[in-house]
Amino acid sequence: MEEKKEDKQPKKRVTMKEQEPLVRARNFMEVPCGYTPEEAVAEASRCLSCLNPMCRKGCPVAIDIPSFVKLIKEGKFIEAAWKIKEDNALPAVCGRVCPQEIQCESMCILGKKGEPVAIGNLERFVADYEREKGEVQIPERPKLSGRKIAIIGSGPAGLSCAADLIKSGHQVTLFEALHKPGGVLIYGIPEFRLPKAIVEKEVDYISKLGVKVVLNAVIGKLFTIDELFSEQGYDACFIATGAGLPMFMGIPGENLNGIYSANEFLTRANLMKAYLFPEYDTPIKKGRNVAVFGGGNVAMDSARVALRLGAEKVYLIYRRSEAEMPARKAETHHAREEGVEFLMLTNPVRLIGDGKGNVCAVECQKMELGEPDASGRRKPIPVKGSEFQIEIDVAIPAIGTRSNPLLTKTIPDLSLNKRGYIIADEETGMTSKKGIFAGGDIITGSATVILAMGAGRNAARSINEYLKWKYWDTSKFVS
Amino acid sequence: MFKILKKEELSDLVILFEIEAQDIAKKAKAGNFFTLRIDEQGERIPLTIADFDRKKGTITTVFQKMGKTTHHLGTLNAGDSIMDVIGPLGMHSHIENFGKVICVGGGVGIAPTYPIARALREAGNTVISVIGARTKDLVFWEDKMRAVSDELIIVTDDGSLGRKAVVTVPLDERLTEDKDIALVYAIGPAIMMKFVCVTTQKHNVKTIVSLNSIMVDATGMCGACRVEVGGETKFACVDGPEFEGHKVDFNLLMSRQRMYINEEKIAFERYKEKSGVK
Repeated sequence: MEEKKEDKQPKKRVTMKEQEPLVRARNFMEVPCGYTPEEAVAEASRCLSCLNPMCRKGCPVAIDIPSFVKLIKEGKFIEAAWKIKEDNALPAVCGRVCPQEIQCESMCILGKKGEPVAIGNLERFVADYEREKGEVQIPERPKLSGRKIAIIGSGPAGLSCAADLIKSGHQVTLFEALHKPGGVLIYGIPEFRLPKAIVEKEVDYISKLGVKVVLNAVIGKLFTIDELFSEQGYDACFIATGAGLPMFMGIPGENLNGIYSANEFLTRANLMKAYLFPEYDTPIKKGRNVAVFGGGNVAMDSARVALRLGAEKVYLIYRRSEAEMPARKAETHHAREEGVEFLMLTNPVRLIGDGKGNVCAVECQKMELGEPDASGRRKPIPVKGSEFQIEIDVAIPAIGTRSNPLLTKTIPDLSLNKRGYIIADEETGMTSKKGIFAGGDIITGSATVILAMGAGRNAARSINEYLKWKYWDTSKFVS
Repeated sequence: MFKILKKEELSDLVILFEIEAQDIAKKAKAGNFFTLRIDEQGERIPLTIADFDRKKGTITTVFQKMGKTTHHLGTLNAGDSIMDVIGPLGMHSHIENFGKVICVGGGVGIAPTYPIARALREAGNTVISVIGARTKDLVFWEDKMRAVSDELIIVTDDGSLGRKAVVTVPLDERLTEDKDIALVYAIGPAIMMKFVCVTTQKHNVKTIVSLNSIMVDATGMCGACRVEVGGETKFACVDGPEFEGHKVDFNLLMSRQRMYINEEKIAFERYKEKSGVK
């Protein structure tokens, strides 16, 4: 009896091994070590193969999760990877950076009583397995349609859109402003969360599919969208330029030396490899005491990069409480484990210089939570007389981004919202201007990799429809 | 890869490159700049577009060897290639017929002053140009500047060429004599632009400067180049590089330019050791 009872207990989730917190906090190597094949099979075997699989409904690109998990159970790892790639061109990326806990895994029936199937870990495992075994499959190129599509921005939205459109037989060009493709996957997400070699492989896969990648091409400056249509013969265009300009807090002292937008700090570290200075030429201030302002994933990434650069103290300063933090739980957990000190309900009010132009301290104010505000979160209110100072030599505001007008201002008849983001139909990506589709952060403001990928896929679908019918519905944009 | 078609050593320290960049040449205008990265380990640095040839598909830049990257760049020759060239960036100069204008170019800043002076002249302005440098060897493009100016004044700190003075001396004189100067353009080291602005403010003449702050992506993404103009934070890469000089906080600009002074030393020492450059 006793044994039978135990059998009914759901098996424990197979945890993925990680580098020890205090070790990894000083290197740039990846934090989790990945599953072994045995671990992957064991984890996949926990799946109940539900008749009505909810997990798939939780995935923004509707990956056939039950099928790929079943293939893993059977030890068919390569086939499992191919199954995912039917719906998702970047599985090694998504397996690492998707917030599965609020998507597929949150819907898993096992999660009702215990822990859901580790879908993200399994996705990562098969993608890595396929890449490492050198069995990346390049599907045969379909018959050419004779249509040309320009995609602006090679981040997750652009990459997924390109992957889908090339499979439809179109000629696809991916224009990237920076010197490396991948967008936020390259400049934003740090090496220890997403190794750049993996991003390079995934982009390589997309170029092997036939997508032409043009680097160093700042569209709006080098060519306008109109020129892409009229002079270069493109039939449609997908704008996926991302969220753009960093926001600052507007407090005194913010332009002192040692103060970086999170975008700059991460771009120097990730894209320019400043953590390898002077082997790489780009410098970065390796602060001794670093303050990061903000509570999102980008704030966590910045704090963890600062630690790895050698900081003795890294403070994560957030004006609300931990419950309101937008960062993934796994990220805050990792940051805390590694020694980042969380100062909650704390708001910076001014940055103080050392008289030589460098930041040397931040003055903060304690906050308390009041009534819920427009975002539904309780509004932080300053506590009078609670000011205090912290000694720092690097500060990183990671409080979000606003739209970059560099491209949009060169398209006069494109409708933008008040904040400068492109207005587009969420389902189709159609904008107010015929032939131009848009998706990802340039529509929504800062969001996630997988949502951008979903937008890329949706746009690919509607671009295909558009090329067939040349029908453009702008009724939604007439105000 | 972007091929260097021509190299000219304007002095021991000042180098001119003509770089093959068809698409950039087609779009470049006076006041634009570009960024480059020499190789995989390289940093991205902004350089001015000193000229462009749309037919030949080339852009011309002039730079002074200062630290590691510019010294390394200076070792490249015609026929060599630069890994990444990105542009044209920044807002181009606003050109119209203002009447009478003075263009001040200091040191390596003479180069970007040239296309602006040319464009102003083509727009019908009377152009008085003042070019200067520390010493004779650092002055270049005298002929080119003369060709696009109604009058050219040359100064050097040591008097080895032209008048012995800093640029603000003849500038101040002209502004005192000539009450119909509508605009002054000044491009050069931050300290020069600062004192040009002090001078022109005295005479109440609008002044445009081009700010050479530290940049990374130079498309607005990072904010490394932030400057304060009229008490507001601006990004030199996308809001500029040209701004109304009287509103610019030059002390902040100069302070921010020195942000990596220690790192620059480390990189340069290491480079000198490896390459044997003195």
